[in-house]
Amino acid sequence: MKLPLRFLVPALAFAVLVGFFVVGLSRDPGQIPSPLIGKPAPAFALESLGDPAWKVGSADFSGRPWLLNIWGSWCVGCRQEHDALMAIAGQGRVPMMGLNLWDDRARALRWLADLGNPYVSVAFDPEGRTAIDWGVYGAPETFLVDSAGRIVKKHIGPITLDIWEREFLPLLPVPEGGP
Amino acid sequence: MIPELGHFALILALLLSVAQSVFGLGGAARGNAAWLAAASSAVVGQFVFVAIAFGALTWAFVERDFSVLYVATNSHSELPLFFRIAAVWGAHEGSLLLWSLCLAGWTLAVTAASRSLEAPFRGRVLGILGIVSIGFQLFMLATSNPFARLIPAAPEGLDLNPLLQDFALAVHPPILYLGYVGFSVAFAFACATLIEGRLDAAWARWTRPWTLAAWSFLTIGIALGSWWAYYELGWGGWWFWDPVENASFMPWLAGTALIHCLAVTEKRGLFKSWTLLLSVAAFSLSLLGTFLVRSGVLISVHAFATDPARGAFILAFLAVVIGGALLLYAWRAPRLASSAAFEPTSRESFLLLNNAFLVAALSLILLGTLYPLFMDALELGKVTVGAPWFNLMFLVPMLPLVALLGVGMHAAWKRGMLGSMKARLWTAAACAIAGAILIGAAAYADLRPMTTIGFALALWVMLSSLLIPLARLRARQTLPAAVIGMVIAHFGVGLTTLGITGVQSFKVEKDFALAVGEAASIGGYEFRFAALRDARGPNFTGVEAEFTVSRAGEEIAVLRPQKRLYNSGGNPMTEAGIEVGPARDLFAALGDDLGQGRWSVRLQFKPLIRYIWLGAILIALGGAIAAVDRRYRLRAPAHAVGAVAPSAP
Amino acid sequence: MIRIAALLACLALVPVAGAVDSGQRFEDPAEQSRYERVIRDLRCLVCRSESIADSNAPLAKDLRREVETLMRAGRSDEEIYAFMTERYGDFVLLQPPVAPRTWLLWAAPALFLAGGIAVVLVVVRRRARVARADPAALDEEPDRP
Repeated sequence: MKLPLRFLVPALAFAVLVGFFVVGLSRDPGQIPSPLIGKPAPAFALESLGDPAWKVGSADFSGRPWLLNIWGSWCVGCRQEHDALMAIAGQGRVPMMGLNLWDDRARALRWLADLGNPYVSVAFDPEGRTAIDWGVYGAPETFLVDSAGRIVKKHIGPITLDIWEREFLPLLPVPEGGP
Repeated sequence: MIPELGHFALILALLLSVAQSVFGLGGAARGNAAWLAAASSAVVGQFVFVAIAFGALTWAFVERDFSVLYVATNSHSELPLFFRIAAVWGAHEGSLLLWSLCLAGWTLAVTAASRSLEAPFRGRVLGILGIVSIGFQLFMLATSNPFARLIPAAPEGLDLNPLLQDFALAVHPPILYLGYVGFSVAFAFACATLIEGRLDAAWARWTRPWTLAAWSFLTIGIALGSWWAYYELGWGGWWFWDPVENASFMPWLAGTALIHCLAVTEKRGLFKSWTLLLSVAAFSLSLLGTFLVRSGVLISVHAFATDPARGAFILAFLAVVIGGALLLYAWRAPRLASSAAFEPTSRESFLLLNNAFLVAALSLILLGTLYPLFMDALELGKVTVGAPWFNLMFLVPMLPLVALLGVGMHAAWKRGMLGSMKARLWTAAACAIAGAILIGAAAYADLRPMTTIGFALALWVMLSSLLIPLARLRARQTLPAAVIGMVIAHFGVGLTTLGITGVQSFKVEKDFALAVGEAASIGGYEFRFAALRDARGPNFTGVEAEFTVSRAGEEIAVLRPQKRLYNSGGNPMTEAGIEVGPARDLFAALGDDLGQGRWSVRLQFKPLIRYIWLGAILIALGGAIAAVDRRYRLRAPAHAVGAVAPSAP
Repeated sequence: MIRIAALLACLALVPVAGAVDSGQRFEDPAEQSRYERVIRDLRCLVCRSESIADSNAPLAKDLRREVETLMRAGRSDEEIYAFMTERYGDFVLLQPPVAPRTWLLWAAPALFLAGGIAVVLVVVRRRARVARADPAALDEEPDRP
C-alpha cells in the first residue's frame, strides 16, 4: 500500500506541535529574564529614607557583593518575605540595601520600626525613577550584585530562605579562611 | 450528600462513556446489532448522569454550600441567584462539567436524529464521541473534581469575580461551548468515514446541518464575548487578539472553511479529503483551545487556573485523539480522489480560493499565538506578538477574501458562467465605491485609502448578497432555506466589515480630569459632568456619575457610569455609561478620584460599532436558517447511504 | 495562585480609565499622537496583555511618565524603545522586533497566502485539464439518495 507522503504532513506537523507543547509545559512563560543580568548595576545616589541629608547609592558597597531589595509599606508580598529578609541579614554574609518604592517616608519608617529593619541602608525612590533603571516591575524584587559591580541574579516576588539557599548562596564567593 | 451524589453520577457517566465507545466501535467492527443498540442506550444513560452531576453542582451553588471547595472559591452568600447559577461554569472545574454536558447533549441529539443512518456507521460515530467524553470525564475525576469537599466548610465564599457578574458573560460560556463541542459531531462523522474507508460523499450531507448549527452557536458565543468586553471593560476595546480569544476564533475560521467545503463535497463529491481534514481540524482547534487556556503555556488575562500537571493530561488526550484522527486521515485519504471536473471560474474554484484564504488566516493566527512559545522552547528569547501585529496581518488574507466573496456567491457550479449577473455586479461594485466615498466625505469628512477600501468592500458584499434573492425572484425561482441563509450570512459579513471599518477609522478616545459642573468635548459631542451620587446594589456599593451629552446645544442623552466596590472585597469595578444610536455609541467611564472633587474620566465616540455584532447575529442567523433546509430533513433510505469500500489495505 | 490573583487584579485594573496622566500631555498635536502611539507599543509588564497606555498599574504610570520625559529630552522613537528594552528586555515591546528569529513571523502571512493561492491554481488547472479531456466529467455528481 503506497502512502503519498503529503497526506502524512498534517500528522507530522501536529507531532512537532505537541513536541513544542511538551517543552512549553516545563517552562514558565511568566518568568521573564532580566536583560541586566551580567551587566554593570545601574548607578544611583538617592536620599536615605531616614535622613534626607544623607545619600545612599550603588557605590556604597563597591568591591564586595551586595543585595538590593525593592520594597514598600503598601506591598503585601514584602510583608510575607520580611522574616526571611531578617534571617538573611542575620547571617551577615552579604550586606542588604533596601530601595523604598512608591511610598510615603513616614509610613515606610513606621513599617520598619514595627517589623524590624534588615537593611544596612535604605534608599528612598518615591517616583520609581531608579527602579525603572533596574528594570523593576514592582515589589518585592531582590537583586544580587557581585564584587565587580555586575548584577548576577534577580528574583521577582517574595524571597524565602529556601530560595536564598538554593539560588543565591551558590553565587557568592566562598568565604576565605576560618569562621 | 448531594455533592457526593453528583460525584457518583459523574463516575457512572464515565462508565457509560466507556460502554458507549466499546459497544459503538466494537459493535460496528463485529457487526453485532445488540452491541450497537447498547451503544445508543449508553448515550442516553451518559446524558442522564452528566445532567444529574451538573444539577448537583448547580444545587450546591444555589444553596450556597460552602463545604464544596469549588463553590467556596467561586460564590458568595450575597451573590444574586442568577449569578450563583452562572458561577457553576465560572472557573475551571465547573466549566469542564459544562463541556461534558454539552457533549452528552450533542451526542444524544445525533443519536436521536440519525436513526436512518446505517447502524455500523452510526455506531462508529457514537463510539468516537464516547472516546472524547471519556477524556473529559476522566480529566475531571482525576485532576479537577468539581465536587471536592472543603473540610471544615468555609464560613463565606470568595465570591464570583465581579467581572463575571454580568448577564452577557454568564451566557457566553454555554453558547460558546455548544459551538466548540458541536464540532465534535463533524469530527466523529469524519473519523467514522475514514475508519470505514467510504468512497461516497453521503456523509457530507449528514454532517452539514450539525456543523452549521455548531458554527452558528460559536459565532454568537464569540460575538457575546466581544460585546461584553466592550461595555464591561470600561475602555471600549472589542477585540484584543488575546490567546484565549484566538483560541475561539481559529475553530470558527476552520468551521467556516468546513461548511463551504461540505457544500462542494455534497454537491459534486469533490474535495473529500479537504473536507475530512477540515472536520478534524475544526474540533482539534477546539481541543487545542481548551489546552491553551488551562495549561499555562501561554500568558493570557483570560486563562483559567493554570497548572502544568493538568496541562500534561490534556496534552496527552489531545495527542491521542487528534493524532489518531490525523493518522487515520493519512491512511485513508489518498484513495478519495474524485474524477469530477470544473471550470476555472466556477463556484468550485471560488470556494477553493475561499478556503485557501480562511486557512491562511487561521494559520497566521495560530503562528502568532504560538510564536512566543516556539521562541521560548528554542531558547531564542522572549518574544511577544500583540494586537498591532495581528491587526495588520489579518488584513492580508481577509481583504481579498471579502472582495472575492461578492463575486463567488454568484458563480455557477461546474461551468461558472456569470451570465446576466456580470452587468449587475459591475453596477453593484460601482455603487459600493461611490457609497464608500460618500460615507467618508459626508459623514466623517475623511477619505483615507484604507477606510474607503473598507467601506467599499462592506457595501460591495452587502449589495452583492441582496442581488441573489432579487435575481431569483425575478426569474420566478424558489428561495430555499439554504439560499436565504447564505444571503443573510454573507450580508452579515458585509455589515460586520462596515462596523469594523467605521470604528477603527473614526473612533475618538480621550481622558479628561473633570469636576462636577465641568464639560469636555469629543467628536462634536459635549459631555457635561452633571452630578455624582452614591450607588448601591445587592452586593456592592459605589458612586454613580451623571453625564448629559449634547450636540450643537441640544441635549441628546444622559450617561450614568458607575464605580463599584463589591462587598466581598477586591478592586473597584467600572461600569461604563453607554448611549446607543443608529450610527454611533457614546461612551463614558469613571476612572480614579483625583481629589479636590476632580475625577479622571474616559470619554469615547464609537461610530458604527454596533454593526460589528449585528453582522455577527446575521451570520449566525443565516447559518441556523441554512441548517434547517428541507433537504437535510428528508429521511434517506438506509440502503442508499453509499457503498462501503472493502476494509483490506 | 499568586499569579492568578495578579492576573485577576489586572483584569480589575483594566476597566479603570487611565488617570489624567494618560491624557493630554503635549500641546503640540503631532507630539501628542506620537506619545500615544509609543505608549500603545509598549507592554505593561504587570498586566501582560495590555499596553502601558491602557493599564493603570503603578509601573505603567511610571513608564508613561518616563516616555514623556524622554520625548521632551528629544529622544527618537528608536531611542525610547532601546531605553525600555535595555531595562526590560524585548518582552516590553508589543510589536515583535524585526530580527532573524522573527523573520518567519513577519513573512508568514504573505507566505501562507501565496502558498494557498498556489495550491488553488494547481488544483484548478488540473480540473480544467480534466474538463477539456473529458467534458462528461463536468457533469459528474455523486450518487444521491
